[in-house]
Amino acid sequence: METSRASRPSEDVIEVTDLHRRYGGGSTGYHAVRGVDLTVRRGELFALLGTNGAGKTSTMEVIEGMAAPSDGTVRVLGRDPFQERAAVRPRIGIMLQEGGFPGELTAAETGRVWAGMTSGARPVAEALELVGLGHRANVRVKQLSGGEKRRLDLAMALLGRPEVLFLDEPSTGLDPEARAAVWQLVRELRARGTTVLLTTHYLEEAEELADRLAIMHGGRVVTSGTVAEVIAGRPSRISFELPEFDGAALPVLAGAELTLDGRRVTVQTLGLQDTLTDLLGWARHHGIVLGALDARSASLEEAFLAIASEAAHQDPPQAPAAARPARRRLIGSAR
Amino acid sequence: MTTAAAPTATATGPQSTTVRRLLALGRAEATLLLRNRTALFTALVLPLLLIVTLQGTLAKQAESNPGLDVDSLLIYGSVGMILAFVVYYNLTAAYVGRRGELVLKRLRTGEARDIEILLGTAVPSLALGLMMAALIGIGGSLGLHLAVPVNPVLMLVGLLLALATMIALAALSSAFTKTVESAGITTLPIMLVMQLGSGLFVPLEVMPGQLADICRLLPTTPAFQLIRIGWFGTDGSAAATGFAGSWGAAGSHLVTGTIWLGLAVWGAVRYFRWEPRR
Repeated sequence: METSRASRPSEDVIEVTDLHRRYGGGSTGYHAVRGVDLTVRRGELFALLGTNGAGKTSTMEVIEGMAAPSDGTVRVLGRDPFQERAAVRPRIGIMLQEGGFPGELTAAETGRVWAGMTSGARPVAEALELVGLGHRANVRVKQLSGGEKRRLDLAMALLGRPEVLFLDEPSTGLDPEARAAVWQLVRELRARGTTVLLTTHYLEEAEELADRLAIMHGGRVVTSGTVAEVIAGRPSRISFELPEFDGAALPVLAGAELTLDGRRVTVQTLGLQDTLTDLLGWARHHGIVLGALDARSASLEEAFLAIASEAAHQDPPQAPAAARPARRRLIGSAR
Repeated sequence: MTTAAAPTATATGPQSTTVRRLLALGRAEATLLLRNRTALFTALVLPLLLIVTLQGTLAKQAESNPGLDVDSLLIYGSVGMILAFVVYYNLTAAYVGRRGELVLKRLRTGEARDIEILLGTAVPSLALGLMMAALIGIGGSLGLHLAVPVNPVLMLVGLLLALATMIALAALSSAFTKTVESAGITTLPIMLVMQLGSGLFVPLEVMPGQLADICRLLPTTPAFQLIRIGWFGTDGSAAATGFAGSWGAAGSHLVTGTIWLGLAVWGAVRYFRWEPRR
């Protein structure tokens, strides 16, 4: 296994071509995925971002082999995950958006069931230890906290030492400490060659973990690439407050765009260092104290919001909400 | 949460096979059944209460129908009732419960095939039902000095047909059941048809002729009648026959029973839902 990985470092583990997914038919049907292309290479961590209803989970389900595509092709480890599920499943691990373990079984008993369903399963105790649930092995699932249930879910996905791991919003519902620990675990898995495809609402999660990412909107991939590629060309931002009795004009900053909201000034610029230098020189020259001064490089979050709103302007509204596949929202809609 | 270096590869379990998957699911489901008092009560005590009622009913029917083989009908009816409660009712509730907890959906992400998930969930219901049926059937036969089964093969065919039809009907019923609590109501129509129309509670031969003919066409009647013919050599509509003759008596039931099994499986495949409607 290790040698084949080393000898084929750029092997495409997941290949999605012109994927479409429709729910129902006719005029009441809903076209959730509208021509998605994705490639994930071996050992890569790929993040699928998007607002609620962008088609992330619908896309994931088809790649996982849970459903057949309405159109297009999907290959996981070179095979069709739906038609050849018996060959693909033993080599992948899946964590859904929501658990799915009987409340009356303990964590260890849950592990035992899954070990029986999984080829080449690691010992249950080891899997629980991996996600920090070793001390909760004999606690019933219904008594676990939301974060602990999430980690149990992850442990079950890792039971078979999968080559490819699918994580649908893995850190939703986790407290910051548990989230950091999950990130660390995912990094370790990737370091040992596991390919990971994850969806997330948290942009810092993608920024933190992803080698490459794609942003989905309205069933399409709007942009994709490394974090640096996606935020390239997006402006940095400086903001500050002017003193109350200031009569001086606003600074003139070359190549930057200023917006004024009361006394609050926001500057968008592609050359953060130059603009900031100009601004600080101006302030010193006029003896002005800039309140709440903040300067930040372009972030994925800004890029994401900008892309989502651009896409929303280009795209006509989707099918009526009633026709959409209903799905419980774990956190508030980002729409 | 431990963030120390992940453990190095240690022991690795065997390949997952159909048998291992069925056993793993069956074991989990059995644990759940033992931890659920309501389900356990329904499975163990309710059929026994009904057997007592059945005894009284049969005794009364015997007064107006001299020659009714009360002992045989009691044991046969008891076995049928146990299967109906422990397999059909219990399993419907289990499917609804697991679906509600998203367990079925999660299981589908693993290596198990759909049919394995459905059968694995049914393992404890089947095992418990067969165990109780065997206990009552064999114990009752010995205690009441019933005849040795005329055609054990036919009995077995009838038993398998009954179990398969009930599993399919349970899967179908679960599609029309929202919560475990409401399973008592949604399973009622089929429970009544099974108990009153399949000759379990009221033998078909004491019914008016036309009503009995209609009852013979009901979904679970053929399977139960096959068990009866295999056991006693007659379904009550004719004189008892031997091993060879019992096949002739069984013919029409085999045909209708197989048709109903096919319809039940079709319905289950068509309507079964793996996750709750939201």
